[in-house]
Amino acid sequence: MTYLHSIGEYFLMLKGVFGRMTKRSVLRNLIFKEINELIIGSLGIVCFLSFFIGAVVAIQTALNLNNPLIPKSLVAFAARQSVILEFAPTFISIIMAGKVGSFITSSIGSMQVTEQIDALEVMGINSKNYLIFPKIIAMLTYPFVIAISMFLGILGAYVAAVLGGFVKPDDFVSGLQDDFVTFHLIYAFIKTFLFAFILATVPAYHGYYMKGGALEVGQASTTAFVWTSVVLIITNYAITQLLLS
Amino acid sequence: MIEVKDLHKAFNGEEVLKGLNFVFERGKTNLIIGQSGSGKSVFLKNMLGIFTPEKGTIEYDGKPYSEFTDEERRELRKEIGMVFQGGALFDSMTVKENVMFPLKMFTKMKKTEMEERVNTVLERVNLIGADDKMPSEISGGMQKRVSIARAIVNRPKYLFCDEPNSGLDPTTATVIDNLIQKITHEFDITTIIITHDMNSVLEIGEKIAFLKDGLLAWTGTKDEIFKTEDKTVTDFVYSSNLFKKVRDAQLKGY
Repeated sequence: MTYLHSIGEYFLMLKGVFGRMTKRSVLRNLIFKEINELIIGSLGIVCFLSFFIGAVVAIQTALNLNNPLIPKSLVAFAARQSVILEFAPTFISIIMAGKVGSFITSSIGSMQVTEQIDALEVMGINSKNYLIFPKIIAMLTYPFVIAISMFLGILGAYVAAVLGGFVKPDDFVSGLQDDFVTFHLIYAFIKTFLFAFILATVPAYHGYYMKGGALEVGQASTTAFVWTSVVLIITNYAITQLLLS
Repeated sequence: MIEVKDLHKAFNGEEVLKGLNFVFERGKTNLIIGQSGSGKSVFLKNMLGIFTPEKGTIEYDGKPYSEFTDEERRELRKEIGMVFQGGALFDSMTVKENVMFPLKMFTKMKKTEMEERVNTVLERVNLIGADDKMPSEISGGMQKRVSIARAIVNRPKYLFCDEPNSGLDPTTATVIDNLIQKITHEFDITTIIITHDMNSVLEIGEKIAFLKDGLLAWTGTKDEIFKTEDKTVTDFVYSSNLFKKVRDAQLKGY
């Protein structure tokens, strides 16, 4: 029953988010602020992780290809498929659930416990729209982060595979181009958009409806990370089943 | 003026407000006092429209709140200023941005006009020079003054204050009380203050509603409260050792 109540509350929150809109000029500034905090602020860790994950995937694949009949270009093929289909959109989203999700929950949760949300409501401002809508719009730029992640993941794989002496540069480029299915990229970006919405709204729900004090803000952030990850994984499974099988 | 008629509010079948009647007068500091759990905050939240009463009406300048359309309710909220117990300042904004916030949201004023209005209000609450500071960089008393500045910047008709001097030292608390009273008279606002603090009652209690167990137990002024022989009120007022000693000294003719 508690879960059903929470799911219902989440959708009612979404209704409120898309309800009465905040003044456009104020909203515009909030969206730019959120893009800076949620997206630009995450680029460093995303770039770092993507490069090294790509590199490790290439090394692992290369080390497991002992059969001389299997072409070395397969290292690039495997790295490309892994990075585009799963590592960039899903793995990075899990990382973002920790970084961006915790930030969203704690910032909204702190506002809740210090009566800042009450202050907005008393002024006649739709607090759900004011606080959550700009985050959703800012997260629409999240696919750019994933595109950068894909590029750096493959670059990391190239550097590790070529500098490590596992594959020749020409073989790597050839492997990258082998059996390329454009729809895989479309699938990756479709799920990235869904993940972006989840990353903005699930942590926001945990922050908006939290009760208590500073300790509970911390607990809400942890709970938000767990539930955002769960929802991401289930959505990933459902969308993969729908689009690829 | 806000008139409350036969106000009832219950939670899970338990009645918290049991038929309150009171008139909060314009241009006066109206105080709601009473022990914890007496229903003060619920009373305030009903007036702010956060809670919906089961029975009774709250009339803003003669019009019942329940008859307001959504648009009228939004307009009414623009005429309400609220000073929260903890200040409730937006911690991602500077003092100036906090005070400017209602103007940005609800007016079409130019930036220079807004800055002029903000500076006037900050001057009024003695906060000139603190405008670029963040809420975390200023003292509790200053935060309360910023909160008052934000509440009055859009020239509200109604000012609600939830324990505005809780957590402040007696000197700062008196400064805040006097500031609220001066603003109330100057802008002819209907001010409603929830407080536990008998010093506030003594300073600014122009009209007092004493709540006990969800009922209006006593009404009067700051002069009358110290003369009343109503036991419910005297038990509350003289629960403070200081007031008790002053009364005993007076009785002994010191």
